[in-house]
Amino acid sequence: MSTAVTHKQGFGAFLWDYLTTVDHKKIAHLYLIAGGFFFLVGGLEAMAIRIQLIKPANDFVSAGFYNEILTMHGTTMIFLAAMPILFGFMNAVVPLQIGARDVAFPFLNSLGFWLFLFGGLMLNASWFLGGAPDAGWTAYAPLSTTSPGHGVDFYILGLQISGAGTLMGGINFLVTIINMRAPGMTYMRMPLFTWTIFVTSVLIIFAFPALTVGLFLLMFDRMFGSGFFDPAMGGNSIIWEHLFWIFGHPEVYILVLPVFGVFSEVISTFSKKRLFGYTAMVFATVLIGFLGFMVWAHHMFTVGLGPAANSIFAVATMAIAVPTGIKIFNWLLTLWGGNITINSAMLWSLGFLPTFTIGGTTGVMLAAAAADFQYHDTYFVVAHFHYVIVGGVVFGIFAALHYWWPKMFGKILNEKLGKLTFWLFFIGFHLTFFIQHFLGLMGMPRRYWVFLPDQGLDTGNLISTIGAFFMALGTIVFLINVITTSLKKQEVAGDPWDGRTLEWTIPSPPEHYNFKQLPLVRGLDPLWVEKTEGRKEMTPAEPLGDIHMPNNSILPFVMSLGFFIAGFGFIYQVDDISWLSLVFVGMGIALGTMFVRSVKDDLGHHIHKEDLEKGAK
Amino acid sequence: MKGWMGKFRALFLFSSLLLVLSGCGKENLTAFVPEGYGAEVSLNLIIISLVVMVFVILVVMIVYTMVLVKFRQKKGKEDFIPKQTEGNKALEIIWTVIPIILLIIIAVPTVRATFDLADESKADESLNINVTGNQYWWHFSYNDQDIQTSQDLYIPTDTRVYLNLKSSDVIHSFWVPSISGKMDANPENENTMYIEAYEEGVYYGKCAELCGPSHSLMDFKVIAVSPEEFEQWKKDMKSVDPEAQPETASAQEGQKLFQENSCIGCHAIGSSPAAVGPNLTNFGDRTKVAGVLEHDKETIVNWLLNPDELKPGNKMAGNYPELTEEEAGKIADYLLQLQPSEITPESAGNE
Ligand code: HEM
Ligand SMILES: [Cu+2]
Repeated sequence: MSTAVTHKQGFGAFLWDYLTTVDHKKIAHLYLIAGGFFFLVGGLEAMAIRIQLIKPANDFVSAGFYNEILTMHGTTMIFLAAMPILFGFMNAVVPLQIGARDVAFPFLNSLGFWLFLFGGLMLNASWFLGGAPDAGWTAYAPLSTTSPGHGVDFYILGLQISGAGTLMGGINFLVTIINMRAPGMTYMRMPLFTWTIFVTSVLIIFAFPALTVGLFLLMFDRMFGSGFFDPAMGGNSIIWEHLFWIFGHPEVYILVLPVFGVFSEVISTFSKKRLFGYTAMVFATVLIGFLGFMVWAHHMFTVGLGPAANSIFAVATMAIAVPTGIKIFNWLLTLWGGNITINSAMLWSLGFLPTFTIGGTTGVMLAAAAADFQYHDTYFVVAHFHYVIVGGVVFGIFAALHYWWPKMFGKILNEKLGKLTFWLFFIGFHLTFFIQHFLGLMGMPRRYWVFLPDQGLDTGNLISTIGAFFMALGTIVFLINVITTSLKKQEVAGDPWDGRTLEWTIPSPPEHYNFKQLPLVRGLDPLWVEKTEGRKEMTPAEPLGDIHMPNNSILPFVMSLGFFIAGFGFIYQVDDISWLSLVFVGMGIALGTMFVRSVKDDLGHHIHKEDLEKGAK
Repeated sequence: MKGWMGKFRALFLFSSLLLVLSGCGKENLTAFVPEGYGAEVSLNLIIISLVVMVFVILVVMIVYTMVLVKFRQKKGKEDFIPKQTEGNKALEIIWTVIPIILLIIIAVPTVRATFDLADESKADESLNINVTGNQYWWHFSYNDQDIQTSQDLYIPTDTRVYLNLKSSDVIHSFWVPSISGKMDANPENENTMYIEAYEEGVYYGKCAELCGPSHSLMDFKVIAVSPEEFEQWKKDMKSVDPEAQPETASAQEGQKLFQENSCIGCHAIGSSPAAVGPNLTNFGDRTKVAGVLEHDKETIVNWLLNPDELKPGNKMAGNYPELTEEEAGKIADYLLQLQPSEITPESAGNE
């Protein structure tokens, strides 16, 4: 009952294990699988967009359908692919990096995942239930409040549910990092990935409530006839833009800060050097996080806020370039003088540096308000943000996948296929998006279902679509890599990369209690500190003893299912009041599970000292 | 300042000319070749920021290349442990201070240009035009002149023309890249911007804010003519008699059908400001049907028979009785002869 059960089990037991797990490492698997699935869905949508735009006045998809694809592509990529995959890595890595046996709230962790998944499923269910949302991932009112059908309702409830899950994740990781660091792990000894997750968690806690509030107002406008965003009823549609971007701009940093952390780890490991300017990197991260909240209106330069507001937000936005520049140069100087190994994880990091530099510099160009009057809402912006979120976030995800795969699964991804993936994707990426900077200035607005013949936009769009096919090819090669690697038996030791941080001190994949004895941290890059003194392992900070672990629970799954059901009730009660019964059923299930959770004692279990000793031999 | 700016502009114009010549970018659409004040101010700022940013990229790329060439693992030195440098205060201060200086170089002209383009001090003494964005067409009302048009906006060259932008439904954004940057048309308030075109010509405008299925088909034209021609055009427009009898029999019947089939309920001819649909006063002089389609009889007939297919989601569909092809042809004849003025896109140099 008490030891980690690793022997063979049937599929049913395996499934049950994952449905009920509260182990952060298994939740990491779930996030990776679900996020990866949505990434493929979003990628398919991207391909549909690019095929439609392969030639002028194309009719591969219809106008209304195009807007649905476009909206779902953006929404899926941001909320259901990029962020969850990053959550996967936080779950897999952060507790290990800080030398903790678990996260602060394992139950909440599981609940956060299931809420995200059910929210995502709800959003995508719209495809089969009469049409997806079609007002763009930004859902500007009054287009969103007046959009016919239920598409936007699915957007509202899907994001509300999955957003609640994200918020829980943020709270959980903030508390985990504050409270559960191993003895000796001071703040200024935390690995940079943990630092970025720390700041990201804070951003989530401040940014997501703005989205929650905005979505509630939108929900009331659409479902209950209020007029928050309706000028005819004394409302104001610009308020939505503010609420959305007060959430939406920090969201960009919620995505990109974690991969800054990933690159810091990867670059330092594979150049065999400690991170250059660690302190500056930490402060740059905090500063970027802070400024991220100060600049939302740079998405609104053309809204008519006036020159004073525009100027203030322009200058504030430019200021972000300073800490970002510090980071770029510190990475370069980490490489400088190093002993650089170029493998797949490193290739993605090296590909990131120039790509992200371009994305960052076009960001400064966009910040120049009077110039943005030309860029805004054109393909220049599409190019810019894909340079940042693909060249940053997606490259970072690939780097993290190759870097931490052995730790998570005990196997190393194939290097040849890894490199092939990189080159296909990297070349395809630049083919697709570089030319779009020019397309934008040559007069192509974004979110265009067709561009007209004879306006000089044909060649650029064709090249762009060809590039997209290269990226798709790269992704396929990666999938092949994952499948063939999973079929292999080969196991790796705890420390395949000659690592520097705590996650490399334990076996791969780790036991479910992570650390038999909590390690004593004696400096930055604790494992490296031990290695330089000739040891291979950490010095333990405690004697071997019983370990307390939480019990599995199906409640998070059931509770999320309840909200999922209630969501349909809310959406369809507009058509027929009897759908309200679903709201009651769903909320009943959710509240019921909450009740059970509150009154039923669940004290967890212990892994006994004797069993731990047995496992060691 | 002016001197080196001029050089950069020359260089830039030259390279963008290359772009144009190689078939990339249409000269009355692209923001690379400014034909108006706003576009020029924006382009200057684009160039300043681009130059600074290319400098940054170059510095990064030089260090990057050196790193990759010099510090890759060498054969036989796999175990080499590099020096574990902690950081370097002096270096870190340098790459904090230099970017700040570079940003100031961009920020100062940015603020100046932003205020410049928002300057409304001359609005009273200039031409003012009310612009309304609708799903999916644009309405232009020269209020004090008693003139209404749609899709084609006539302005005099070398004159600041103030536009008061508003939307009648969802948010749109008014953009004529080669003359000026964009400004949103919101449903709750009026936004003001000015445009000024240097040369006579027809400039392509687009809606830049997602506004529904036919967002990408919400094109319009700005037709810049000399101030004298503009006066003439105004006179011609004002002297239009909405009831005037067309010359040909077919067009006469078309006129009757136009009135009987409730077309007139949405489309005014003349200066009546009713604007559920585009004002058709000078329809015969337009370059496009519905902003994007060929301007010929066949297309107009198609449009009348099935507008929703040509412009999905537009609000004309289903709002009038079915027409036969023959009836539609007559209406087309009527509409095509609505040519009140000699001043047309052709005369302004539309190819
Ligand atoms: C396979 C690579 C990708 C391709 C080819 C691609 C292509 C596109 C295209 C063509 C658009 C539409 C632009 C428009 O008409 O305005 C778009 C929009 C967008 N993409 Fe991607 N994309 C890719 C990956 C991603 C990723 C990985 C993310 C985020 C993690 C992302 C986020 C977005 C967002 C947020 C939008 C805006 C959607 C909207 O305007 O509502 N894309 N993408
Ligand atoms: Cu529009």
